[in-house]
Amino acid sequence: MDTRNTKVMNRFDVTSRLIAKLKNEEAVIGGIGNTNFDLWAAGHRPQNFYMLGSMGLAFPIALGVALAQPDRRVFALEGDGSLLMQLGTLSTIATLKPKNLTMIVMDNGIYQITGAQPTPAAGIADLVAIAAGSGLTNSSWAADEDDFERLIDEALEASGPSLIAARIDDKPGVGTTRRDPVQIRERFMHGLGVREPL
Amino acid sequence: MAIAEQHNSPAQASSDKASADTTWHGIILQTLKRNEISLVPYVPDRVLTPLIKSLHADPFFTTFATAREEEAVGIVSGAWMGGRRGAVLMQTSGFATLANVLASLAVPYQIPLIMFVSERGTLGEFNYGQSLVCRTMRPVLDSLALEHHTITRLDELEFIVDRSIKQAVTTQAPVALILNPLLTGGKVFDK
Ligand SMILES: Cc1ncc(C[n+]2csc(CCOP(=O)(O)OP(=O)(O)O)c2C)c(N)n1
Repeated sequence: MDTRNTKVMNRFDVTSRLIAKLKNEEAVIGGIGNTNFDLWAAGHRPQNFYMLGSMGLAFPIALGVALAQPDRRVFALEGDGSLLMQLGTLSTIATLKPKNLTMIVMDNGIYQITGAQPTPAAGIADLVAIAAGSGLTNSSWAADEDDFERLIDEALEASGPSLIAARIDDKPGVGTTRRDPVQIRERFMHGLGVREPL
Repeated sequence: MAIAEQHNSPAQASSDKASADTTWHGIILQTLKRNEISLVPYVPDRVLTPLIKSLHADPFFTTFATAREEEAVGIVSGAWMGGRRGAVLMQTSGFATLANVLASLAVPYQIPLIMFVSERGTLGEFNYGQSLVCRTMRPVLDSLALEHHTITRLDELEFIVDRSIKQAVTTQAPVALILNPLLTGGKVFDK
């Protein structure tokens, strides 16, 4: 859309930039497919959670973590196609106003992982305008990589939920998460200090 | 912790209760509290209204509407992993939207998802579609071998809810507690 004066970035690159900024055991939820593949590829951390299904639930899962641990910053990485499946959660989050939640949307305009078909929103809907219209006033497009990093810095200090959308290219994720759901969940709980290993 | 409590019989369990509220919704609220379940997202149903109202009125609970039931499942799953217990309230038709999230999140990740389902579609249903949706519920639960109980009697309610919550948590497995019209009165054609 011409209203987005934004650079086309790369999912793995912006994910790596996010991870490099996390110094306080922040939780990160990776959505189905490429968002969690690139989270994995950016280097496993005990505070990462990788979704292997449940398309569209990265933000709700992150909201749950944020409500359980209000003193920890929580980030969620979601694809544009996935977000379209669960737009109502933007209003839920806007209503609850968690202080510690940052949502990141990777907008390539396509369902990359299933064969790069355009989403129904591609070229017509503005996801940041949808988020703002859902009540998430602190929603922005990242103009370029520096702006993305600046928006992450702001989110780390914010006193309400933030949403950052990055326009990205059509590349697939660069890694493949080990598909071991029990271990993923258990290690995440260790990483959040909820449990000790046996 | 609440898990250590022993109940020898449903009758004794009720007499141990501090609250004098013996409505079905009062018993569910107290049992949630006793089991430290404080996060209760829901998509409403007429029958659930008194429970939803009393949850909102009690500051122990964080309770709110979500746009979809699977969103609520995502929220309580995240909260569980973060160390906070939750439960989801829904209608039968809401349960019918959950097969994907049960099979791809709650079951494979071993999350003790606690679901309360207000049962529409039986014992006086007046909407054909509701009665058909209802028939999909138990086959879906059974296809994933999920624990589920249909609660019809007030004197069994606390025992079933309390034991099921404890079993879900200790076995790290979902449970569906189906609130039958025999318990709640259900919804009947009145206009
Ligand atoms: C409910 C549901 N419908 C469809 C699919 C198949 N599917 C898996 S990933 C995906 C596309 C995800 O698109 P997006 O979130 O934009 O990420 P991208 O692949 O572009 O990185 C689809 C359609 C699914 N897993 N679940």
